[in-house]
Amino acid sequence: MMQPDCGDILFLLQADVDGQLDVAGTAAVAAHVAHCPDCAARQAAMIGLKARLRGGLSYHAAPDSLRAAITARAAPAVSHVAALPPRRNRIGRLAPYAASMAIAAMLMLAILPERGSDLPDSVVASHIRALQPGHLMDVVSTDQHTVKPWFDGRLDFAPPVKDLTADGFPLTGGRLDYLAGRPVAALTYGRAQHVIDLYVWPGNAAPGQGERNGYYFVRWTQDGMVFWAVSDVARAELESFAARWKAGA
Amino acid sequence: MSEEQFSALVLPHLDAAFNLARWLVHERAAAEDIVQDSVVRALQYFTTFRGGDARAWLLRIVRNTAYSHLAARKPGRTMSIDDTPIAQDIPDPAPGPEAALAHLQDLSRLDAALAALPAELRECLILCELEQLSYKEIAEITEVPVGTVMSRLWRARQALLRLAPAGSAA
Repeated sequence: MMQPDCGDILFLLQADVDGQLDVAGTAAVAAHVAHCPDCAARQAAMIGLKARLRGGLSYHAAPDSLRAAITARAAPAVSHVAALPPRRNRIGRLAPYAASMAIAAMLMLAILPERGSDLPDSVVASHIRALQPGHLMDVVSTDQHTVKPWFDGRLDFAPPVKDLTADGFPLTGGRLDYLAGRPVAALTYGRAQHVIDLYVWPGNAAPGQGERNGYYFVRWTQDGMVFWAVSDVARAELESFAARWKAGA
Repeated sequence: MSEEQFSALVLPHLDAAFNLARWLVHERAAAEDIVQDSVVRALQYFTTFRGGDARAWLLRIVRNTAYSHLAARKPGRTMSIDDTPIAQDIPDPAPGPEAALAHLQDLSRLDAALAALPAELRECLILCELEQLSYKEIAEITEVPVGTVMSRLWRARQALLRLAPAGSAA
C-alpha cells in the first residue's frame, strides 16, 4: 500500500488530532500511522499535549467590571457612533481620532447628570455633548435639500428641514441622535457664534420652555412631530427661532 | 441596526475577546483597554458587518487592536515569522523563550511556555485550544491562509513540547 511521505502527513496528523479532517482524511492518517512508528509517536505526543493544553491553560474570562462598563456604554453609544455616514470634508480629517472622540463622548454620557425620566435634562445634555469637538454634525451642509435626504434610510420617519438663513438662523447641518428611547433627527443652526440644536421626532408634547445650566429650550408640536430647540443664545432669540421655524415654509 | 442587535451580537463574546487580548498583551489592565477600544471600533464598523460569525468578526478587531497596542509599546521590534519555511523548527525569537520563561515563574509551566512564544503562534493555539475554533475560523480572524494557521499551530506545539515536555510540573 502506497503511503504519503511523513513530511506531507505532519499537518494531516495535526488536523486529525484537532478534529478538522473528514472521514477520508482520518482514514488516510490512520493508515499511515499504522505503518509508521515515527508518526505514531508524533501522534501520541500531539494527543498528550492537546489534553494538557485543554486542561492546563488559563482561560481569562472578562472581569465583571469590564462587562458592566461595556454593557453600559454599548447601549447609548449605538445611535451616536454606529450610524455615522461616510466621513468627508471637515469631519474626514478627524477620522483618525474618531475612536478617542467616541470614548470622550461616552465619558460625557457617564459624567453628565442623566435622570432618565427628565427629558429636558436629556435634551440639554445631548446638546452639550454634541458641542464636543467633532461631534456636532454628521452631514455638513447649508442646503436643506442635502440635509433632508441624508436622513433617508437612517430614520423611520422623514424630519422636516427648513433653512432660516433669511431670518438670521442659517442651517449648518444635521446628525442622528438618541432621545426619549428612540433615534431622532438633530438639525443644527447657527446664530452668530452660537449653535442651536433642533431635535425632531414623531409624537405629541405639550408646548413648553425652560432652562437647564444656562441652556434654554423651547418645545412644541407641529404636523405630528415633536420639536425641541436647545441653545445658549438668549431666551428671546430662541423663542424667535421657534416662532420663525413654525411659520416658515 | 439597533442597540439590541449590537448587544446580542457582541456581548456574548466578551470572554473570548478578553481572553485573546489578555493572552496577546499579558497585562490585565492593557487587555481591558484593548477590549474597550475594540467595542468602540466594533460600534463604528457595525454598519459594515454583513452577518456571519460575530465572534470571528469581534476577535479580528480585538486582535488588530492588540497588535496596534503592542506595536506602540515596542517600536521597531516587529517580527515576521512567515518568511520561514513551514514545519521547520521554530526560530528563536529575541529574547528567547528560555529567557522569558525564567521571568514567568508565577504562571504554570504550560502557561509560561505559551506566553514565551511569538504572538502569532500564541494566538493560533489560544483560538484552537481555548476557543476551540476551526482552522477556517482562525484563518479568518488572523487574516492568513488556512495553511499558515496549520503551520503556526504545528510550530507552536513543537515549541511547547520542547519547552514544557510531558512529565514536567504542569
